[in-house]
Amino acid sequence: MVVMLGLLLHNLLGYRVVAFMLLVTVSILAMFLDIVPVLLAALLSAVFWNFLFIPPRFTLTVGTTEDRILLLMYFIIASVNAVLTYKIRQVEKEVKARDEKAKSVKFYNTLLNSLSHELRTPITTIIGCADNLQSNSGRLSEKDKSELVAEISVASIRLNQQVENLLNMSRLESGFFTVKKDWCDINDLIYKTLHRLEPNLQNYHVKVYISEQLPLFQLDFGLMEQVLFNLLINITQHTPEDTQITIRADAVEQSLVLSIADNGKGFPENEISKVFDKFYRLRDARTGGTGLGLSIVKGFIEAHNGTIELKNLPVCGSLFTITIPTAISHINKVKDE
Amino acid sequence: MSNSLSILIIDDEAQIRKLLAITLQSNGYSIQEAASGKEALTCVAMHPPDLILLDLGLPDQSGHDVLKHLREWFTNPVIIVSVQNGEEDIVKALDAGANDYLIKPFRTGELLARIRSALRKAASVANMPVADYTDLFIDFANRIVKKDNVTVKLTATEYSLLSLFAQNEGKVLTHQYLLQHVWGPTHQNESQYLRVFVAQLRKKIETDPNRPAHIITESGVGYRFIGHGNDHS
Repeated sequence: MVVMLGLLLHNLLGYRVVAFMLLVTVSILAMFLDIVPVLLAALLSAVFWNFLFIPPRFTLTVGTTEDRILLLMYFIIASVNAVLTYKIRQVEKEVKARDEKAKSVKFYNTLLNSLSHELRTPITTIIGCADNLQSNSGRLSEKDKSELVAEISVASIRLNQQVENLLNMSRLESGFFTVKKDWCDINDLIYKTLHRLEPNLQNYHVKVYISEQLPLFQLDFGLMEQVLFNLLINITQHTPEDTQITIRADAVEQSLVLSIADNGKGFPENEISKVFDKFYRLRDARTGGTGLGLSIVKGFIEAHNGTIELKNLPVCGSLFTITIPTAISHINKVKDE
Repeated sequence: MSNSLSILIIDDEAQIRKLLAITLQSNGYSIQEAASGKEALTCVAMHPPDLILLDLGLPDQSGHDVLKHLREWFTNPVIIVSVQNGEEDIVKALDAGANDYLIKPFRTGELLARIRSALRKAASVANMPVADYTDLFIDFANRIVKKDNVTVKLTATEYSLLSLFAQNEGKVLTHQYLLQHVWGPTHQNESQYLRVFVAQLRKKIETDPNRPAHIITESGVGYRFIGHGNDHS
């Protein structure tokens, strides 16, 4: 293309300017292409320049000594240019890779720290309590013993929850993850989850609003149960007891809209955009939690092609809104006689 | 020992076998143990137990295969105990004749309740004339259902569903199984009817339909009918 342009401008500018145009082209190519094609371009452009522009034109012979030196210099400059640009790019690439590696190492370290803390704390408790019961049994009162057993029980439940989260996360990231949709009764889904969470929610005021006419939705019951479970657990971790939790389910057009609101203290505005990030934990978060719960929620909802939004409510508290477009069935009341 | 009920524990993890053995023996059951599928099948052939606890992940063959072989002749209850919590796996085992399932880690109380319920079912006669639970009464001969001594009007489908549940008390019935036995083989994919009828039935027979004591949802798998409302926990 540049050769063509050169042919057009040749009469106006002379063949030496064409040489510079070709040089610029080779330099630009060096910024994007690999070393071999760039050197090839340098060689080819030298040949073209010689063949098409250096008098006598349309031959590979070069008329004057001056032009011969020019041609040689052209080829050297083009080649050196190509090699140098290529080298600079290599160095840049290396620096970038090193930076990224440092960044991911840092990320990995934070992750490992938080994980090992979350996993080791309950394990330490279990080992410690069991050791105590085993070797110190004679000196422990019955009350001490039952307290140690209770500690083991709490720690193992906590450990199990963390492992569950990690397994879910790796399930999501493995790619071998399928959403098995079937007709779901939202009423059943919500109350089943609340029943499972009864011990955690006993000091909260939970209100559920579901219309009698709410249709059935095509969802993966197990995944949605996990979504609600994680969201509610999250609320109990971030809001004080006596908080009111309001769960609402509606059909809006062809979507299920689930909203979960609390009247706690809400989320810090500058952290709202990050709460669904993997391993993200609020700055003032209490102990417990790997920062995986909400990212699993988001992952499971996105696997349903849905969305989740979080915002703070005007006076106090926060509101999670889940919207999942899905098939709907209105056969709520079936007459079979 | 001779008159206590025997339970065979099939699990390749010695630790789990030990835990189960201690738990079950202290509750009056006698115990047999097997660490592989082959060992299990030999053991069952020689001393058929009253109940089997079967782990799905065995070293020599899959628990599903063991279950298949067992069900060719063994009719006593089999409870699946597994770490795999994929619903498909559970549904597959239930459809192959398992009576119930437990996911590791499980609570001891839950384990014992499931065992009691499976054994009770095995002991009861298949064609019982009536079922009398504390708040619920079913007269199968006359198709009468009473909730807190008040006769409840059920539709034909609601009644079929309830009587199928009651005849399989304590057992998890998969969605497929229920659809096939209440609606017939041509309705296997119409689970929306099942959801609606379960919801309607709960409104009629449960004290609080939102906290069902009789018809329990097993997420992604099916439903379990509990006769005595307080037996579940």
